[in-house]
Formats: sequence, structure tokens, C-alpha cells
Amino acid sequence: MSNTLRPYLNAVRATLTAALTLENFSSQVVERHNKPEVEAKTTPEVLLNPLIVSRNESERVLIEPSINSIRISISIKQADEIEKILCHKFTRFMMMRAEGFVILRRTPLPGYDISFLITNFHSETMLKHKLVDFIIQFMEDVDKEISEMKLSLNARARIVAESYLATFT
Amino acid sequence: MSAPEVFQLSLGPLTGVAFGPDRTQLAVSPNNNAAQIYSRGAQEWDLQTTLTEHDKLITAISWAPNTNRIVTCSQDRNAYVWTQLPTGEWKPALVLLRINRAATCVKWSPNEDKFAVGSGARAIAVCSFDEENNWWVSKHIKKPLRSTVLSIDWHPNNVLLAAGTTDAKAFVFSAFIKGIDAKPEPTVWGDRLPFNTICGEFKAPNGGWVHDVAFTPSGNILGFVSHDSAVNLVYPAGPGLPPQALITVRTPTLPYLSLSFTSEESLIAAGHDCQPTVFAVGQNGWEFSHSLDDPASSGSRGLTPTATGTRSVSGPGRLNNEAFNLFRQADTRGQTKPALAATSGAAAGMTPVGADGLLLTVHQNSITDVEPYEWSQTGEVAKVYTVGKDGRLVIWNVTGKPAGGLPGRMAGLQV
Repeated sequence: MSNTLRPYLNAVRATLTAALTLENFSSQVVERHNKPEVEAKTTPEVLLNPLIVSRNESERVLIEPSINSIRISISIKQADEIEKILCHKFTRFMMMRAEGFVILRRTPLPGYDISFLITNFHSETMLKHKLVDFIIQFMEDVDKEISEMKLSLNARARIVAESYLATFT
Repeated sequence: MSAPEVFQLSLGPLTGVAFGPDRTQLAVSPNNNAAQIYSRGAQEWDLQTTLTEHDKLITAISWAPNTNRIVTCSQDRNAYVWTQLPTGEWKPALVLLRINRAATCVKWSPNEDKFAVGSGARAIAVCSFDEENNWWVSKHIKKPLRSTVLSIDWHPNNVLLAAGTTDAKAFVFSAFIKGIDAKPEPTVWGDRLPFNTICGEFKAPNGGWVHDVAFTPSGNILGFVSHDSAVNLVYPAGPGLPPQALITVRTPTLPYLSLSFTSEESLIAAGHDCQPTVFAVGQNGWEFSHSLDDPASSGSRGLTPTATGTRSVSGPGRLNNEAFNLFRQADTRGQTKPALAATSGAAAGMTPVGADGLLLTVHQNSITDVEPYEWSQTGEVAKVYTVGKDGRLVIWNVTGKPAGGLPGRMAGLQV
């Protein structure tokens, strides 16, 4: 793990641990409703200040806490065109299957590649530290996954090009 | 300190817990619209009755010890008072709360002739029984409340009421109802107390939602816990004066959700940190004393809670032993090893995690309520109970801790 990744992930872990202090909160605006306040944004006093943890200009995490939900938006490193395409396809693949990931949001926040929404119902049924682990693990793995895909894509492109051009020699 | 008693009453959170008069009965809501009444068996709690009248999540339950009445309130904006018939059944009576948002908390007054219901409608309904019409009527405290009321507590004189709200304020009101209360003795909070008098309005220095409020046994000090992880204590100076002192004990832990005074000089707070901690008056005033469930000292792990009580119908049947839970957790809650081993002495508020992926504390999720369970003969609190979002009810021994600090703890130590 490179030198800057560890403090970055530790900062995200600490922030998430502190932000995952959720409780059941029934809407103050609509009667008999219970909705994630961070999405509804109708009651200003139950929202906390959003916070950005940033490793460099392209990699950052936005954490928006509130009384009964937190929203985590991750911007994934994209160095070139290929990574951009791969990242888009990868996140789209997952977000189309969002219900399988429970805490995944179907659309990311503008400016970010993928968003998670954790409500008090999730933190009640799952272990809180495991939720944090999941996010951290995801952040660790997604870079690895995309660089691997890029390598295999390049390798495949080379093989294809070689075998195609071989017919002209 | 002997080991705490652990009971696993549900797989999900327990959203309201109240003990019956002699502590052999327990009313609890397993995070749904039903309230279950358990009675104490030899080793466990047996389900007796289920009270189903609400149609949304029950948020709080209070059980009056002398008159043996239960009041439940729910997010469906209603509250019911349950009285036991001679046959043993519980009969509900609807309370005319007149609120249009969720009811969040409820508590019987010390004399048990009225109760208060906090709500998301920016109001507290103080309810009393109307003999003429044979129903419970309410009067509203509305004026300074601008947000959801998260917690309430009664002063021992049956008139004053404390409330904590999400707009980061704690209030003390008069809930005097003509015809029920006699004129109260003057207290440090005020001498003339018509209904809805504001006797105090307090704010934690760093802000944050006020999760719980509590009076000391004498009622002369108000304590409240806020989302800035602090425990705040208010010493009033007298009617109309600013408080003599507002003491804030800041902690590096996650925020507390509940507090309860065990004497005039000590309190127990518990919350998202999953362990009840004791604060007491030491040499430098109020300070953190010790944790009842310190994960650093071993011993907590030995407590493998066994399933107890009758499972609710919706539960996964009899498959609820520890091994099953372990595999279930490995399956539904991800890997068994932590993704990135948190560096030793990691950031504040991180409860240590054991090798099996569970927390080292007894409670595996936030503690939502801590209340006195048993008093010693001298009137001090001897045991407290805590309930958590992990569905566990834990009864802790609180060793009598006279101001001496460590010697007091050693006195209770048995080898």
C-alpha cells in the first residue's frame, strides 16, 4: 500500500465511524413518514456539515451525515480515457444491481462516481464496523480492479492487433 | 464486580423497554408496532402477551410501578394507556394527544397521575385523566420548541419537566395541571410555576442534538448528553437567574444516547460507544470515572449471551444459537477479517474488534437506554440495565462508589 493511501483510508475510516451514529428519526415535515434526512433535506437542524476527505484532485470522498442517514460519495481515480470508460462501465454495472449491495445508491452525486446511502435501518441490522470495513474495502479494491482491467484490456488489444497484422506480413 | 446478566430478547433493536413494578415483568418493543410483555423465568424471559394496537413503530414504553399501568407511544402519532384487567388481559385506552407527527418519548410522572409525550410536532403533550369523560386529555407545551423532542424527564416534585430537542437545546418547563397537582414547594428552578413556564433553556457549548436529559434524584441538577460527545450538567442559581454553572465533560468517544443518575454525585452514560461509562464527582469536579464494560480489560468476551425468551413469530425460528449467528454474520455481513486492520490506538471512538469480527464489548450495537434497575438498602443504585440496538438487555452491577474514587471500587471487588 502506498504511503498516501493508508492515511487517506484511515481518515475516511475515522470520519465514517464518527458519522455512523444514527438513530430512528421520523419525519418532522410529512406525517407518518420516515425518510433519510440527508436525501430529503427538509429539516436543516438534523443535517450536519458535509465533509470531504481528499487524497489528490481526482480521488476524494464526500461524507454527508445527518441524524438518521449518511451519504458517502466516492470519486475514483481516472488518469486517462481508458480508465474513464472502465470506471464508468464498472460503476454502472454495480449501480444497476444496487439492491444486491443494500447500501448502494442507484445514481451517484454529480461530480462523483459512486454513492452509498446508509440509513439507521442498515446500521441496526448490520454491524457498524463491518459497514465501515465494507466501504474501505471497496475503496481499496476499486483502484486495483480498474488497473487490472486496464492491463488486461491493453494486453488483449495487443494480441488482437498482432494477430490481425500478422496476416499482412 | 460480578459479571453482568445478558439477555438476547430480539435480533433487531429494542425500541422501548420498561420493567414492571417488581422487576419480574418486562415490556419491550422489538422495533415494530407490537409491545411484548415478558415475565422472568428461572434463567430467561418468557413471552406472556403481545400488545398490538399501534400501526407503526413503537418509540417508547413507560410502566407506572404503583398503579401498574403501561403507556406506549408510537410513530403513528398515538399513545395508549394499558390497564390490566383482573383476568390478566391488558386493555388499551386511546390518549387524545392531538399531535400530528410521530410521538418520540413518553414517561409517567413520579406520582403516576399524568404523563408527558414528546413528539416530532414541536410539542410536548402533558396528559392527565379526565374523570368526567373517562379518557386521557392532553395539554400542549409548544412555545419555545422549534424541533423534534428527543427525550423528556420528570422532576421528583411531579411538576417540572425537562426536555431535550434536535435544535441542540435542553429545556426545563413547568407541567403544572390545575386540579391534579397541589401547589409545589419552591425549588431552585422557580417558585411560581403556572403551566408552560420556562424555567431554563440550556445549550451545550459545542451544540449537537440533545439525546437525553435527566434530573438527579433530588432534582436540583439537570444533566444532558448531546451529539458533541459531551455530558453537560446544569446547576441552577434560582428563578430568573442564569445558571450558577454549566459543566461540560467532554469525551473522546462517540456520542452518548442516554444518561441516568445513580446518585447526586455520579451518573452513567451510554451510547454509540456500546459501553456504559460512569461519570462522578472527583477532585476536579465532574469527570470520567470508569467504564462498566471496558474492552481493554478482558472478561467481557467470556459472556456469550444465550438466546432467551420466546422468539417472535417473524423471527427465524429456532435457528438462533451462536454458531448459527456466526455463520449468518459471515454470510450476510461480509468477511470475517477486517479489511484494513485499524492501526493500534486508531482514531477516537473506535471500539476494539475481536478476532471473530465482533466487538469486544457486551453490546454489539449502540446502547439506546440506561436506567436504574435495583437500589441497595441505603437508597443507592446497585444495578442498572441497558438495552441496545443489538436486541440485548444487560443488567450491570454498579459497585457503590463513594467519593473516594479507586478505593470505592476496590471495596466492591471480590477475589
